Amino acid sequence: MQEDQDINPIVLRRETGDDGAPRLVLSGRCTLTSLGGRMRSLSAELAGYAADPVLQWDITEIAQMDDVGAVLLWRAWGERRPAHLLLRPEQERLLDRLQTPPGPPPPARDWLWPVKVLGRGAFLLWEHLLSLLILSGQLLLDALYLVGHPQRIPWREISANLYRTGAQALGITALVGFLIGIVLSYLSSRQLQTLGADIFIINILGVSIIRELGPVLAAILVAGRSGSSMTAQLGVMRVTEELDALTVMGIPHSLRLVLPKVLALGIAMPLVVLWTSATALIGGMVVAEIQLGLGHQFFFRKLADVVPVANLWLGLGKGVVCGMVIALISCHFGLRIKSNTESLGEGTTNSVVTSITVVIIIDAIFAVVFSNVGLK
Amino acid sequence: MTGEECIVEVKGLHTRFGSHVVHEDINLCVHHGEVLGLVGGSGSGKTVLMRQMLGLDAPAAGEVRICGLPLRSHNPGELRQIRTRCGVLFQKGALFSALNVYDNIALPMRELRTLDEDMIRRLVMVKLKMVEIEPKHVNKMPAELSGGMIKRIALARAMALDPELLFLDEPTAGLDPELSDAFVQLIQTIRRETTLTIVMATHDLDTLVALSDRIAVLADQHIVALGSLRDVLHTDHPFITNFFHGDRGKRVLENNLDNL
Ligand SMILES: Nc1ncnc2c1ncn2[C@@H]1O[C@H](COP(=O)(O)OP(=O)(O)OP(=O)(O)O)[C@@H](O)[C@H]1O
Ligand SMILES: [Mg+2]
Repeated sequence: MQEDQDINPIVLRRETGDDGAPRLVLSGRCTLTSLGGRMRSLSAELAGYAADPVLQWDITEIAQMDDVGAVLLWRAWGERRPAHLLLRPEQERLLDRLQTPPGPPPPARDWLWPVKVLGRGAFLLWEHLLSLLILSGQLLLDALYLVGHPQRIPWREISANLYRTGAQALGITALVGFLIGIVLSYLSSRQLQTLGADIFIINILGVSIIRELGPVLAAILVAGRSGSSMTAQLGVMRVTEELDALTVMGIPHSLRLVLPKVLALGIAMPLVVLWTSATALIGGMVVAEIQLGLGHQFFFRKLADVVPVANLWLGLGKGVVCGMVIALISCHFGLRIKSNTESLGEGTTNSVVTSITVVIIIDAIFAVVFSNVGLK
Repeated sequence: MTGEECIVEVKGLHTRFGSHVVHEDINLCVHHGEVLGLVGGSGSGKTVLMRQMLGLDAPAAGEVRICGLPLRSHNPGELRQIRTRCGVLFQKGALFSALNVYDNIALPMRELRTLDEDMIRRLVMVKLKMVEIEPKHVNKMPAELSGGMIKRIALARAMALDPELLFLDEPTAGLDPELSDAFVQLIQTIRRETTLTIVMATHDLDTLVALSDRIAVLADQHIVALGSLRDVLHTDHPFITNFFHGDRGKRVLENNLDNL
C-alpha cells in the first residue's frame, strides 16, 4: 500500500535479442491499482504487438501481476499464449487460471414479449386471487379452531396489534381528519352562502363525513401506515428465515401472525373511523361557526335530526370490512416476499397500492349496495 | 515479505455495549505482508474488533489507523482510495440479495469505472474458478445458494479487486475440509504472486496453523498472546491450553510440526 506503486506502472521495451529476434520486455507493476486509467490505451498497444507472430514476449521482469494484469495480457494475445513467451513459474500459475469457460451468454431477444408480459400478468392476478382465497379460508378454519380451543387464542399478539394499528394511529388520523373537515366546510359554506342555504352545511358535512370521508380517509391512512408495516414485518421474517423457524416449531403462520393482525385491525378500524369522523366534524363545525355564525350547540342538535343514524352504522361497517381486508392483503403480500431485499421493497409497495385500491373499490360497492339506506 | 511497518494499527481500543465490556485496551499492529490470525472463544469480540478496524463501528476509546491514516479522518477521498484496496469477507457473507452471483462479483469492478465489460466478464469468471464455483451458477440469486457457496462467492467478491489488505471473518466456517484446504492453497498461491496482508478471524485450527504468520489471542477482553505460533503455544492461559492443547489441537499441531 505504499505510494510508490502508483509511480511504478508497467513499461514496454522493445529490443533485439541475442539471436537477432525482436523481443518485447515488460517490466514494472501490472496490477489494477498501478494500471488505473491507462487500461484502454495499454490494451490497444499490447494488441498491436501481439499481431506480430515472431515477437518474443518476456514478462519475467514484471514485479507484480494480479488477475487484472493477467487478463489484460491474455486478452491482447487472443486468449492463447504467444509462440515465444518467457515467464516465471508463479506467472505460469496465474495464466493457467485464466483458461476459464466463457461467461453467461447475453440474453436472447424475444419478440413475443408483449404477449408474455400480458399472459404473465393474467396468471399473476389469478395466483394472487387464489392464494388470497386460500389464506381467507385458512383464517376461517383457524377462527373455528380457536372457538373450540379458547385457551389458544393469541391474546398478546392481538392486543399488541390493536395498540400499534389503533392507538398509535390516533394522532395522524386526527390531524388529517380535522384539516379535511376545515377545507370541506370552508369551500361548501362559501357556495351555500351565495344561495342563502347556510343551514344545509350541516347536512353536507354530516352525510359526507360520516358516510364517506371518515371511513375512506381512515382506511387510506391505516393502509399506508399499518399495512406497509405488516408487509415489511412478515417480509423481514422471511428474509431472516424466522418464518421457517416458526414452521419447524409447528406454529402455523396464519394462526400466530395473520389472524391476530386481521382481528386486531377489524376491531381497531371502526374505532379509528369513528375518531376520524369526529375530528373532521369538529373541524367543519369550527369553520361553520366562524364563517356562517352557526353555534356549535345548534350544530349538534341539528346534526342528529338531519343525518339518520344508519349512516353511522354504515361508516362503522365499512371500517370493519376495510380493516380486515387491509390486514389480509398486507399479510398476503408479506408472506409472498422472497428472501431478497428487492422483493421486500416491491412487496411493500404492491401491498400498499393494492390495499388502497381495494379500499376504494369496497367503498364503491357499499355505495351501490346501500344506495337507499340512510339517505332522506 | 514481512516488513515491520504497520498497515493496520490499533491503539488503546476499548469497546462497550451498554455495561457489557468487550475489549479493554487492545493494542495491535498488523505488519505489511503478513497473515495475522485472530482467535478467541465465541463472543470474545473478534468480529467486533474487525468491524472497528474497518471503521464500521466506532470504539468507545482508542483509535484505529490504516496505512497511518486515522479511520475517523477528515479526508474521505483518501479513505475511499484505501477502501478500494481492502477486501472484506463478512461472517455471514453479506452478498447483495437483489443481485445474482455474477453481478455481486462484478459490482466492485464496475464501481471503479476503469474496466470495460468484457474485461469484467473475464475477471468474474476467473474469480469464480478460483473459488471453484461452476459457471452454471452465475445466474443464481444468493437465496438459491448453499451456505458454503455463499461463503465462496463472498470470498470471490472480497478478492474482486485483488486487494492488498484482506479481512476474513471465519473464511472456512461452513466449508467442507477439502474446500478449506483448497482455500488455504488459494491464499498461499495469491500470496506468492502479490503482496497480501491478511487479518483473519477463525476457529479452524488447520487454517490458522497453515496460514498465519502471527497469531493474536483474544480472551478476557484483552489480547493475551501475540506472536508466532510457537510464542503463543508457550503462553500460559486457560483458553490457549484448551484451544491448542486439546485432542484436536494436538492432532493438528503434530501434522504441522515443521511450522514450529
Ligand atoms: N451491536 C451489538 N450490540 C450489543 N452487543 C454486541 C453487538 N455486537 C456484538 N455484541 C457483543 O459483543 C460480543 C462480541 O461479539 P463478536 O460478534 O465480536 O464475537 P465473535 O468473537 O466474533 O464470536 P464468534 O466466534 O461467535 O463469531 C458478544 O458478547 C456480543 O454479544
Ligand atoms: Mg464473529
